[in-house]
Amino acid sequence: MARFTVHINRNELSTESPPDRPLLDVLREDFGLTGTKYGCGEGQCRACTVLIDDQPRASCLTPISSVEGMSVTTIEGLASGDQLTTLQQAFVDADGAQCGYCTAGMIVEATALLKRNPQPSRAEIVDAMNPHLCRCCGYRNILASVELAARRSEASDA
Amino acid sequence: MPERFREDLCEPDRKELAEGPAYRFELDRREWISSIGAGLLVTAAGKVVFSPGGASAQVRSSHRLHLGEDGSITVLTGKVEFGQGSRTEILQAAAEELRVSPDALRVMLADTAETPNDGSTAGSRTTPSTIPVVRRASASARELLVRTAAEAWNLDASELRVEAGAVVRAGNRFSYADLARTKRLETTIDDNVPRGVPLREVRNWRVLGQTLPKVGAREIVTGAHRYPSDIARPDMLYGTVLRPPAYGAQLESVDLTPGRELGAVAVRDGEFVGCAARTSYEARKALKAISETARWRTTAHPSSEGLGAYLKRHAQSSAGGRRGARRRESGDVDGALAAAKTLEASYEMPYVQHAPLEPRAAVAEWDKDRLTVWTGTQRPFGVREQLAEAFRLSADQARVVVPDTGGGFGGKHTGEVAIEAARLARAAGKPVSLRWTRAEEFAWAYFRPAAAFEARAGISGEKIVAWDFTAYNPGTAAIETPYAVPNVRTQYFPCDSPLREGSYRGIGATGNNFAREVFMDELAGTAGVDPLEFRLANLDDERLAAVLRAAADRFAWSTGKSLGRNRGSGIAAGFEKGSYIAICARVRVEGGSVEVERLVSAFDCGAILNPGNLRAQIEGCVIQGLGAALSEEIRFAGGKLLNGSFAQYPLPRLRGTPPMETVLLNRPDVQPAGAGETPIIAVAPALANAVFDATGQRVRSLPLRARAA
Repeated sequence: MARFTVHINRNELSTESPPDRPLLDVLREDFGLTGTKYGCGEGQCRACTVLIDDQPRASCLTPISSVEGMSVTTIEGLASGDQLTTLQQAFVDADGAQCGYCTAGMIVEATALLKRNPQPSRAEIVDAMNPHLCRCCGYRNILASVELAARRSEASDA
Repeated sequence: MPERFREDLCEPDRKELAEGPAYRFELDRREWISSIGAGLLVTAAGKVVFSPGGASAQVRSSHRLHLGEDGSITVLTGKVEFGQGSRTEILQAAAEELRVSPDALRVMLADTAETPNDGSTAGSRTTPSTIPVVRRASASARELLVRTAAEAWNLDASELRVEAGAVVRAGNRFSYADLARTKRLETTIDDNVPRGVPLREVRNWRVLGQTLPKVGAREIVTGAHRYPSDIARPDMLYGTVLRPPAYGAQLESVDLTPGRELGAVAVRDGEFVGCAARTSYEARKALKAISETARWRTTAHPSSEGLGAYLKRHAQSSAGGRRGARRRESGDVDGALAAAKTLEASYEMPYVQHAPLEPRAAVAEWDKDRLTVWTGTQRPFGVREQLAEAFRLSADQARVVVPDTGGGFGGKHTGEVAIEAARLARAAGKPVSLRWTRAEEFAWAYFRPAAAFEARAGISGEKIVAWDFTAYNPGTAAIETPYAVPNVRTQYFPCDSPLREGSYRGIGATGNNFAREVFMDELAGTAGVDPLEFRLANLDDERLAAVLRAAADRFAWSTGKSLGRNRGSGIAAGFEKGSYIAICARVRVEGGSVEVERLVSAFDCGAILNPGNLRAQIEGCVIQGLGAALSEEIRFAGGKLLNGSFAQYPLPRLRGTPPMETVLLNRPDVQPAGAGETPIIAVAPALANAVFDATGQRVRSLPLRARAA
């Protein structure tokens, strides 16, 4: 057991944990941040995606010891108070969720995509989002949600 | 005894419901506090009672609506929301008839202590069964509001109308909250409430028939919604369960000491062994230590090689019960076959897994001899019965709550995870959260049945004159041909299954329709008629013909002579659970893989309740069907799965999602039927027929395997 301190959603949080315990478990069980989901535990579905120093990572494969002192953003850390991000609002408006269990991972991934590439082509969106499973297979509305967010960002920047 | 529901009675395909108890434990009334406040409870028949709320709420199975004195309006149903949109459509139905804004309502789903028993959320029954009763209760409440206001104001009820949740007249306003506070109603209600208040006609719908934003979407996109696996209770532990190393293995001995030495609660009760600890990490470590001491007696188990032949050898011929073999014959099939040009073919399909993204999960909490379980099941009341049986409780000692859940697809009808969590919580004396791992979900949930089929038919010109169809094990949904054939024999044999099996989106209809619709293509070829024309020539079901024509029109149907080498088009259709689907597909076969270039679906489920949700359901269902058509196949040997992980079991992803068009045929004159299942039944045969058009190879088993010509 050791003490680990991580900046999670702009808060400094620490926990006593074995070093190899997955970040996913720490988020959910120690900090109550259950928005990040378990889907497979082997990085194949990406439901557990969080941003680690702004990079999307599978938190199920990330030992807590590897993020000591780093910055982690989860789905709960995206909106500012009641104000949804453009991307979150796009997922609401374009019906981007069926059961919604994959949605947190999708939104976190697409947040990183749109940050590094605000106007991605459809192929670029597909490349970025393809590792994420949606078992409801709502892929068309997920794609539409990301495209809607990119369009709205462009419109508001113009 | 709880009410039995039509879907449970009429569907022998739900094999998981015939299983015995998951465990036989050797285990050494007050009312639940309701979150419903004071107000009126309304039934679909328009009966109303005053409920003081709280501990005395006493919601009964017939209560559909609660009008709170505080102005709240709550729709009550035992249905669940698993992504199919039930919550939103039920809300729309109530808002339509109450004449209130959808924002003014909430929908309470699936809590055995608070909501009526609506059976399982299965068989596409929410739309045809639940929506109408919610509408009737809401219309009755609206009528009661009008009559009560009319009486209070000494006016004729026919002069009053409800707008935005209230009757307004000459500066006076009488709302549903005012109605709920009219306590004297309780005694006079039977006189006050009219029977059979008319529902708003489809052409006048304002809330139904519209695309409404999904209820709860905000909680989903912010991560605030708590799925069953997210529920947290004070002092809660995390559980894990020991699984056998192979199917059929039995536990001979196990030593719990190593787990307890690691600080975990460890329990063995018969075949059940599990741990609970402060974190899931500790629980896993403890279980691993225990598992190394376990000794198992294994038994021979068949392999997935040659599964079709295995099923035929293990067909059950006895016709007993509603899950037994069956046979139906009309006309003179043998005579007609003898006189016709005949064709026969065999088809097969493997087991597939639902793989909902949220695995089975439950949080169980005991309060002395009373048990509450939050769990993702499509059968809350059925799981309550399972819990009551496992722990020897009366039904009112167990409560099952179903938070909106991360996918089901027919795969979450059973209560094993709820029972396991409750057993661990009992041993721990604390609440326990248990979420199956992905490996457990693959191996120990039930599968869609593997199946085999034999089809024989006789044709004369472009007409089918005899039809002889035998299905081994898929289930009986859509086993009867929808085509107009004078001489028909249909046989069904359930088989001894090597794997645990049960419901899946579309249940038996997917397999039966795959075999039938590929065979229809083969017959069209034998008759020398275009596959679309051949189907139309043998149909007298106008709605099925209409979806075929609609899909073909949008697709600009033609077979692929002009498309070039290894590209082709296929068509298939089907009818099940009151709705109709036709799909046209264009594929390109490259090397050993089938790429879908274009899909056009046409769908008719009667009057459309919510076009956006309907489209999402159809598209999701069709894409899910692409998985089982092209890549999914559970393989097993020596009692173990060979591909029980997402890495080894390829599921549809964004990249493989083809260009799709969906034609919705709205029929305002027809009562709406469910839509979440039927689209899947035409996917695989449309692709198989397109592969034939592309390559000349007739593919008769799933997943489709083809090589470029």
